[in-house]
Amino acid sequence: MIASVVVFYILAAFILVTGLLAVTSGKIFRSAIWLLFCLTGVAGLYFWLGMEFIAAVQVVVYVGGIVVLIIFSIFLTQQTGKELPAPVRSRTLFSALAVCLGFVLTCLLLLQHHFPPPSPWPNYDFGEPDMSVSAIGAQLLSTSEHGYVLPFEVISILLLAAMIGCIVIAIKTKPEDK
Amino acid sequence: MNQVPLTHILIVSAALFFIGTYGLFTRRNMITMLMSVELILNSVNINFVAFNRYLYPEALEGVFFSLFIIAIAAAEAAVAIAIIINLYRNFHSIDVEDADELKF
Repeated sequence: MIASVVVFYILAAFILVTGLLAVTSGKIFRSAIWLLFCLTGVAGLYFWLGMEFIAAVQVVVYVGGIVVLIIFSIFLTQQTGKELPAPVRSRTLFSALAVCLGFVLTCLLLLQHHFPPPSPWPNYDFGEPDMSVSAIGAQLLSTSEHGYVLPFEVISILLLAAMIGCIVIAIKTKPEDK
Repeated sequence: MNQVPLTHILIVSAALFFIGTYGLFTRRNMITMLMSVELILNSVNINFVAFNRYLYPEALEGVFFSLFIIAIAAAEAAVAIAIIINLYRNFHSIDVEDADELKF
């Protein structure tokens, strides 16, 4: 039991340190690699919470998709060995101040709030909750009251629109068209 | 898992959110700003999953919200990178300070 607590704090420290390095690193490629580690740490946190499906989706979509896309665009647009210009000192100072104040305020609110214990639904027998992929899939495509088939279809249209939009935006116009 | 209070997970996700906000404030390169946005979206996902697991362990709503947020984040990253590449073609730089014309 105590091992899981230790694992949580190690994961939390890993996520926060790599996240901080990702936003402060001077070289953009290193920044992308720190982001990769941070997203992997978040996937580990989902594993720790017992949500294997979300962890797998996190690894496939973020680590395998978005970070690779970001690294491709870095190679297309930057000289990777070059240092990024350092931000203006006053801007760094004031944004750090604002972020620290916001974080302290959020923490105070969180520590004051008391979360209730899990509220049992009617007809719930306190067994191990069903988090299997088949349960997720059945509810995701169900048309009943708690089904998510309409958002599922809407988001597939959104993905199609995003794909077409990417092609239209990034397409190279020929010089004679101008 | 229940040895760790829910508040600690929420503090971790709040810290990740404010790290992302700090990056969004200080960076002026569009790709690094996009990375900060990804950090912010991840902190929101941690919140949804933790609330689902701790407060309503018999429901799956947090899983679905996280899945939809991940899908929208993927679409957003793809469109943002297409815009960044188009901007690089026109300005030869992806610094937001250099992109100061609405129409070229």
